[in-house]
Amino acid sequence: MSNYLLKIENVSRSFGRRLIFKDVDYVFNSNGIYGVSGSNGSGKSTLVKIIAGVLSPSSGKIIHSAGGLNISSEKLYNHIGLVSPYLILYDEFSAEENLKHIAQIRGIEYPAQKVNKLLERLFLLERKDDLVRGYSSGMKQRLKFIFALMHSPELIILDEPTSNLDNAGKKTVYEIITEESKAGIVIIASNEENDLALCKEIINLEQFKNKNA
Amino acid sequence: MKAYSLFNKDLASEIRTRYAVNSLAMFILVTISVILFSVGSEKVSENLTGGLFWAVIFFTSMSGLSRAFVSEEERGTALTLQLIASPTTVFSGKLLFNLILVFAMNIVVAALYSTLFDAFIIKNFALFIALFILGNIGIAVSSTIIAAIISKAGSKGTLYPVLSFPILLPLILILIDLTKMAMGGLEAYSAYVELAALVCYNVIMITASYMLFDFIWKD
Amino acid sequence: MKEKLQIIWQMFLLLLLGFVSVAGIAFPVVAKPLSWYEFPLIPGLGENVKIIFFHVPTAWLTVVAFLVSTIYSVKYLREKNPDDDAKAYAAMQIGVIFCILATVTGAVWSKFAWGQYWSWDPRQTSIFALLLIYGALFALRSSIESEDKRAALSAVYSVIAFLTVPFFIFIMPRIMKGLHPGSADDTNKGPILDFKMNSNMLLIFFLSLAGFTLLFYWMWRISYKSIILKDKINKQIN
Repeated sequence: MSNYLLKIENVSRSFGRRLIFKDVDYVFNSNGIYGVSGSNGSGKSTLVKIIAGVLSPSSGKIIHSAGGLNISSEKLYNHIGLVSPYLILYDEFSAEENLKHIAQIRGIEYPAQKVNKLLERLFLLERKDDLVRGYSSGMKQRLKFIFALMHSPELIILDEPTSNLDNAGKKTVYEIITEESKAGIVIIASNEENDLALCKEIINLEQFKNKNA
Repeated sequence: MKAYSLFNKDLASEIRTRYAVNSLAMFILVTISVILFSVGSEKVSENLTGGLFWAVIFFTSMSGLSRAFVSEEERGTALTLQLIASPTTVFSGKLLFNLILVFAMNIVVAALYSTLFDAFIIKNFALFIALFILGNIGIAVSSTIIAAIISKAGSKGTLYPVLSFPILLPLILILIDLTKMAMGGLEAYSAYVELAALVCYNVIMITASYMLFDFIWKD
Repeated sequence: MKEKLQIIWQMFLLLLLGFVSVAGIAFPVVAKPLSWYEFPLIPGLGENVKIIFFHVPTAWLTVVAFLVSTIYSVKYLREKNPDDDAKAYAAMQIGVIFCILATVTGAVWSKFAWGQYWSWDPRQTSIFALLLIYGALFALRSSIESEDKRAALSAVYSVIAFLTVPFFIFIMPRIMKGLHPGSADDTNKGPILDFKMNSNMLLIFFLSLAGFTLLFYWMWRISYKSIILKDKINKQIN
């Protein structure tokens, strides 16, 4: 059991003077799969980016803690894995080079065994030395899962995890998500019914719109 | 250490694409030959060569140093970097890359320049080395933080020199003045205020860059 | 009540600036001032001295506007309140007007006093750099679509640009020969610093400074309020 705790405290975000969502308040205190739903433009990706610490909230706080100790934003990156459509890997490198460089920049040992196993499960092992430039969008999506899982993060954030995937890919991804949810928190932002069916709790962003307007 | 890994990644990428190096090399060639053409067979005064030297370096810097951040932002890999490294690491890595690039580039410029311009004779070599090193650090720091700013804005190419020039202006004016002193063979102790100003500039810009980079890097 | 007050102080400002303009231009410069309306003759400046009532306030406000803009930029970076960005931007907009005025009045004066419009005196170089900074800020702002990004990046740039100011103040005079009244190389050592001005001249000078500063404050308030209103209306339409 990991004891990772994620608290979203009264988080609001607006772009300029346009409010996206207001006072999102939620505590993720046990392992499992959580969902974030909402129509297009409701701020799913925005919330996910705020949780991942790449976007700052307009007001409110996000608290990450592991084993009772708060994680500072400077050190957050090694506790989080993110898959999202707007994530792009370096296309002048091969899959393996990408992962090796990323492991080095993260400051961790390159987990060769784990990566190879994941490459195999996601049908990428034979193509691991090809440049990412030549990958199809589905292959790129699968590679992103390895990128997100390589450093064994406690918090995995998946924004539209099954976009561009074929049925075999979806099946593997669901398997991986279920496995990971036993050891940590998985957050899925999606509108796909199949994705949300995995979740034990779902936050609907529609209820955090400005109520006064 | 992580910053060094990021530098390694950029270096590997640069070796594969040769984007910055190619444009820098061409720019050095173009600016120096334009100056040579316009000078023709006329004799150039020493003061002028000292000033032109930094003009070449300024324009060459403007052609290649923005790549560090612009390439990440254009390809959309900035988010990837945000997810794998702290802002401090990112800035250090990019700064290291630009430092190496500036030093390599300016050594080439200095070598070419001193062979092509007869009037460019340094009498006080130690002073020149000191101003050269301090000046290169200043140029690298300021152009890295400005590169981070423009990478988030539109019309990146034209904006870069526009934003960099006012920030680099005090640095370049001091450097031109010091270069004249070095060419005139002035003793280093009479230039200590200017050298101290260069050190101050570098310290201020490095501190400010690290403090402000967070605001640029996080959306 | 509030409106009445506003009208009163606007009238006061009008009278103040009117008096300063008339006095500054019309009062004669004589070798030995006797009456209250006569200015002393400062060797080397002569009638040219009268620019001080208009040029110095514009230059002063150029710097004040830049300072205000930087202060609100820092405030924005701390609190992320779009109103602070509007305040910083309004100060910039007015600052650039005064910057151009100071440059032009300075250049015209320099034509008569030094014989040429531009001579890269340290203060001319500094105001030129300030003009470039203002220009760069507007170029930066116009190239960013997202409001948050625009505010944050222009705030960061303002702060970085502000940090170059000490170099212009302390280092430039060493590098360049100063011609400007009040600078170290001025043979006529500091008509401003030493105040060779007599008391009535000083009075009008400070009245002018105060009047222009009030004018700036008034313009700035109207300007940032209109920016904030415009933002809010835009948001309602969309």
